[in-house]
Amino acid sequence: MIRFLSGAFTILLMLSPQTLLSQSITNSANRGAEIAREADIRGQGWKSSRVSLTMILQDRKGRTKERKLNISALEAPDDRVGDKSLVVFDSPADLRGTILLSHAKIKEDDDQWLFLPALKRVKRISSSNKTGAFFGSEFSYEDITAQEFGKYSYDFVGEKPCGELMCFVVERRPDYPNSGYSVLITYYDTGEYRPQLIDYIDLKGRPFKQLVLSDYQKYEDKFWRAQTLTMKNMKTGKTSILQYGSYEFDIGLTDRDFTRGNLKNIR
Amino acid sequence: MRQTLALLVALLPAKILLFLALAANGGELTVSGSVSGEVRYFLQDPLPPALSARNIYPAFSFEPRLVYETNSGNDSFVVSPFVRLDNNNIGRSHIDLREAYWSHRGDGWSLTAGINKVYWGVAETNQLVDIINQDDGLEEVFGNEKLGQPMANLSVFSDWGTVDLFILPVFRELQFLTPGTRLTLPMPLNDAEFASDRGKSNIDFAVRWSNSIGDWDIAMSHFNGTSREPQFLLKPTSITPFYDQISQSGLEVQYTSSSWLWKLETIIRSSKGEQFWAAVGGFEWTISGIFSSGADLGLLLEYNYDGRDPMLAPISIYDDDLFLGTRLALNDIDDSSLLVGALLDRKTDAIAVFAEASRRFGDDWIIGIESGIFANAKFPDPIAFVNNDDFVTISLKRYF
Repeated sequence: MIRFLSGAFTILLMLSPQTLLSQSITNSANRGAEIAREADIRGQGWKSSRVSLTMILQDRKGRTKERKLNISALEAPDDRVGDKSLVVFDSPADLRGTILLSHAKIKEDDDQWLFLPALKRVKRISSSNKTGAFFGSEFSYEDITAQEFGKYSYDFVGEKPCGELMCFVVERRPDYPNSGYSVLITYYDTGEYRPQLIDYIDLKGRPFKQLVLSDYQKYEDKFWRAQTLTMKNMKTGKTSILQYGSYEFDIGLTDRDFTRGNLKNIR
Repeated sequence: MRQTLALLVALLPAKILLFLALAANGGELTVSGSVSGEVRYFLQDPLPPALSARNIYPAFSFEPRLVYETNSGNDSFVVSPFVRLDNNNIGRSHIDLREAYWSHRGDGWSLTAGINKVYWGVAETNQLVDIINQDDGLEEVFGNEKLGQPMANLSVFSDWGTVDLFILPVFRELQFLTPGTRLTLPMPLNDAEFASDRGKSNIDFAVRWSNSIGDWDIAMSHFNGTSREPQFLLKPTSITPFYDQISQSGLEVQYTSSSWLWKLETIIRSSKGEQFWAAVGGFEWTISGIFSSGADLGLLLEYNYDGRDPMLAPISIYDDDLFLGTRLALNDIDDSSLLVGALLDRKTDAIAVFAEASRRFGDDWIIGIESGIFANAKFPDPIAFVNNDDFVTISLKRYF
């Protein structure tokens, strides 16, 4: 029969600080941008990566469901383009082998293709929907796409304690269209410039969601990655948790691994 | 049926043993698949002279998939048989090897040899350009389920796109449910006839280039060989399917702009000096976050044109047809979705309405409801054959 699969998936490149420096900062007085830029620079040079993760979806009553994914990513060669990624779904079983290929952009919509294994069909999908739920979770598409430096404008708020650490507090305002947020209040620890906490404020100025990034691990002596991301939706009371396995870096992936023609070769 | 069962018994354990032997030898074996039960209910009694007046048809299917990867994932062996068990005397029980291939991935190329499925195209109503695999006529009314196709397929990846070369050494005939029952032809079928002297062993060739350039996804293809669609040679009390030799060039274009997908597929087909063209084009527009929720509502419109002369080429139901559809995806934890579409023939006023809804429950189960309603069709529109076969199917599928 005539089948469709909702163009509902987006990239799951993690909210690492390790994204791109997308424009040089001319206004050195803008301390917020400098902090975000520093966080960005510290994460560069991973070339390509691979990681498995478990997504735990928890409703208000504490009932949970699990999904398993694998993500491969390719670091962009310069700051004018975004990273590329492949998200391969492993469970639930009916979605096994479904693949989402994304070519992230700085301010335009990302390019995205979905591979549907039952038909072996590759379908180019729209990525203009930034606010929809990713995979039935509390993460929306814009939360999980690459957080390129050039996508936001920045304001420095001050320094506050965040757990046992001290944090720089920076307000990030999305510069791209169709965002569901007015501000992302982001806490970077003052030692390593890792995002520790993000408060998402909706378009009407009300608290919307809160993300806690924890269990940071250092890879190859330079790349910090949060192994647990916990997103709580203040409006619905639901929580989604991402638990990452061990990252592999610089694994020799190239542009050819991230083309639409190659999707049928991924298993 | 007895023969296919014998084939299953003979073939499947051998394959499984082979896999287990390979798995014991290093590398990684993955087993997945699904098993499904369904009940199809026909809303009307069949058209005379139908063989059965029953309206309820239960059935089962089983589709395991074994993947063995070795050589750091650069070599893989895949086997996936499909088994349909249907005890309703409508000839639906069958076994097909959807996949049984070896695939090698090189640097910038890959080679696949064996039985596989290949999908071409961008449109939703009519898989006009898609020609490698035969439809599984025993499974799907609108033909999206395909039979496995024996092939050798070389893919070359480069900066200017992907080029696929296909050699297709064995032809698969379109199969029909027992004539005079449901969702099928009214008269008995004779053995097929072929334009090629080699019959089913004619070697077909195909080539396709595809690329994505900014917001545009483009593909061009050419096929030379046995037509996948039979022409029906009518005799007083029977029908003979006839498979012509054709050349077909195809073009696929999709332009993606924010929430709009614009689509076009077109073909030029020639056979014995006669030529015609056909096209399907339209859009898919998605409205996000309706009802202040995370749900998406998609609206689809496609127009189908087909310029073939029905005396010279197989009948197409997509000669001058408009498709209107809507898709609702709740984007909830269980991926609930609903799709409703209608195909309207502008010449004959025939209407085919299709609806499909599904959701997951637990981790591994999908419950689905499908329905097809056919109205206003008069001969020779092929939809007239199924005018009294409006149906609702409820299915329960377990993935493993």
